[in-house]
Amino acid sequence: MAKQSDQVHAPVGGRLFTPMFFGLGLLVLVAGFFLFNRFVFGLGSVTNLSDGYPWGIWIAIDLVVGTALGCAGYAVALLVYILNRGEYHPLVRPALLASLFGYALGGAAVMIDLGRYWQGYNMFLPWLSQYNSVMLETALCIAAYITVLMVEFSPVFLERLGMKNIRRRLDKVLFIFIGLGVLLPTMHQSSMGTILVVLGHQLSPLWQTQLLPLLFLTSALFMGFAIVVFEAVLASVGFRRPMEAFILNKLSTVMAWLLLGFVVVRIADLLFRGDIVLAFRANLDALMFWVEIALHVTALVLLWPRRIPASPRRMFLSASTMLAAGAVYRINCYLVGYHPGDGWNYFPSVGEIMVTVGIFALEIMLYLVFVKRLPVLHTVDRAYREEHAAQAREGGAAAVGQAT
Amino acid sequence: MHAEPAGFGAAEGADRIGDLDSYRNALGGLTRRQFLKYCTGVAATLGLSPELGVRIANAAVSGARPPVIWISAQECTGCTEGLLRSYHPTLETLILDQISLDYHETLCAGAGHQAESFREQSVEANWGNYLLVVDGAIPTKDGGIYCQIAGKTVLDTVVRLADGARAIIAMGSCAAWGGIPSSGPNPTGATPVHEVLADKTVVNIPGCPPNPYNFLSTVLHFVAFGSLPALDSKNRPRFAYGRLIHENCERRPHFDAGRFAREFGDEGHRQGWCLYYLGCKGPETWANCPAIGFNDGGSGSWPVGTGHPCFGCTEQGVGFTKSIHSLASLQTVTPPTAFPRVVEEQGGADPAAIAVASGIVGAAVGAGAVLASRLGKHGPTPERPPEDAK
Repeated sequence: MAKQSDQVHAPVGGRLFTPMFFGLGLLVLVAGFFLFNRFVFGLGSVTNLSDGYPWGIWIAIDLVVGTALGCAGYAVALLVYILNRGEYHPLVRPALLASLFGYALGGAAVMIDLGRYWQGYNMFLPWLSQYNSVMLETALCIAAYITVLMVEFSPVFLERLGMKNIRRRLDKVLFIFIGLGVLLPTMHQSSMGTILVVLGHQLSPLWQTQLLPLLFLTSALFMGFAIVVFEAVLASVGFRRPMEAFILNKLSTVMAWLLLGFVVVRIADLLFRGDIVLAFRANLDALMFWVEIALHVTALVLLWPRRIPASPRRMFLSASTMLAAGAVYRINCYLVGYHPGDGWNYFPSVGEIMVTVGIFALEIMLYLVFVKRLPVLHTVDRAYREEHAAQAREGGAAAVGQAT
Repeated sequence: MHAEPAGFGAAEGADRIGDLDSYRNALGGLTRRQFLKYCTGVAATLGLSPELGVRIANAAVSGARPPVIWISAQECTGCTEGLLRSYHPTLETLILDQISLDYHETLCAGAGHQAESFREQSVEANWGNYLLVVDGAIPTKDGGIYCQIAGKTVLDTVVRLADGARAIIAMGSCAAWGGIPSSGPNPTGATPVHEVLADKTVVNIPGCPPNPYNFLSTVLHFVAFGSLPALDSKNRPRFAYGRLIHENCERRPHFDAGRFAREFGDEGHRQGWCLYYLGCKGPETWANCPAIGFNDGGSGSWPVGTGHPCFGCTEQGVGFTKSIHSLASLQTVTPPTAFPRVVEEQGGADPAAIAVASGIVGAAVGAGAVLASRLGKHGPTPERPPEDAK
């Protein structure tokens, strides 16, 4: 464990202003144009939001899916610090980075989506809070977690700036923040399900269940793990680095069991309630339900642990299928299965879509800047390679033993 | 109708409540309060002022209970069965305390010669004063031989008894307009009572069975005021048959809004929408079924309330004549071909937005596929655990 904690991280370096960087920047500018309209002329000028659909993709995708992608830090911290599985430590910093972006931009999306955003600060004033509101709980929890993430990630900045004294002092209290960093997402990721429980019959029985908090928490965990794998594969391809294939493979086993649990609970709940019949109607709800289930099952099949460790292609495919599955589940819960009453329809406007695209583009741009200029990824030197190989030999035997 | 008959124990005035307490035995086990409430209820059913309930109460306990002779012709006893299920008053209160039911083939305590001779005694003693109720159609073909009681045709019996009756009530659709027995080919020449007794006023209370309260209210009106309630052109009491079922139907708003069940068990049927297109005869049938319901079951306890279209049992030329599923001929409003929408659709997909969204999903899947294929070919190979580990 000690060795892994001393893991040396370094900036990847390289050119910052690549064609891809400018492409992403263009998307961010387009989003900026629509956001300008939104703030000058109001929500109605850009979005298709209505009294029936007071939230759209800015909440369903930017916040609900975005923060699930941001659960990388949560999932890995849970594994490394709570379950004390130190071998996953090389994944912590990139995971925290993904979390920081996912959550910060999710929080930004909420502020963009607030009709009277200039009153948004009121939710932080205890004497104005509505303590029975599950949305307040979620909002405060997310805000707190963004702060915690910044503290958790701050060693990266401190290392870069060479502030060793502060770093040392921070290390002494960091465990508190790590603890909070696991507690808070457990709270608000399940609360995102509770928000829907409160909606009652407005949510189709295909999704409405008392188990929503559990399902949301589970899906946040496996989406968090999946984004770690997804990012690691992309980083190794993009920056031509060796892949943490062995660690990632072990992680896949954890994900497979989580995903299996999710699918079993999801289907058993529908069977128990008898609402599975709704899945055999000819409508959008049923179609999207089957898309969701098909993605989950496909991901599960791709993931299922076997004797031979998975190829990078298989890992990439399973991780991206899993991300798609989780995203579709969340969009189904927040938009497709949500029926506010007869006559209301919603499909995002071009403006809404472009803002969402812009936010994700910004996320990728910032990621590139951070890993190129800050010590996020671990160094790939000879010592690391040797240690890594030894660890693969030891753990490999155990892993293969488990799988068989 | 008989010219202003003096009522049986007609009340002297609405302002005086008689000495009801001394008639405790006459109240059918009800307390004084319950009894007055019941009489007020009867007044309400008749569409009369509640004050008149007092007169009804006085009349009901006046002691001079009107004798009633009930003759059953070609019928199924459904009308009597319906009457047995009345609860305000119960049948025993009616026949033991309010009227003197001297002859009824189903409810007689005696039988055979005993019953017949008691009827003859009562008719003789009350000639000109009794109430004659007939349920069932009267067969007239071949001299009426198709329905005989005690060796006499019911045709002869009814004609004879009608001469001494103060009022005549035809109970049920068979008696009122022929009903089932008169439907083609009508082998017995079944005829409604008013055709057999063409020179007399016959109050028609059609229905299959009629609501017992329509009968009871008519009888009690007669007992209380000594006269029959207002009748329409077909001699039906206006208080019960003055409105189309369609007018008071609880599903009427669905008719007006264009929400129809199109077949049994479809979405509209399960939603409780209008049954017009299933052949509901409510728009051409005059009766108070939706207003008072059946069997004291509360609102909705009538055929349309339970999801079955009305088949027009009270209406001559509709019930047992028209096909159950043929459309009613609308007597009031014809539904328009187009209705205003109940819900205005709002929002929806802009084609450009769909194109952008599909483009993004397509691009993501495409990029993923390209990347996946590259990973297979040129990607870094995973560090496998050594072979000996297996």
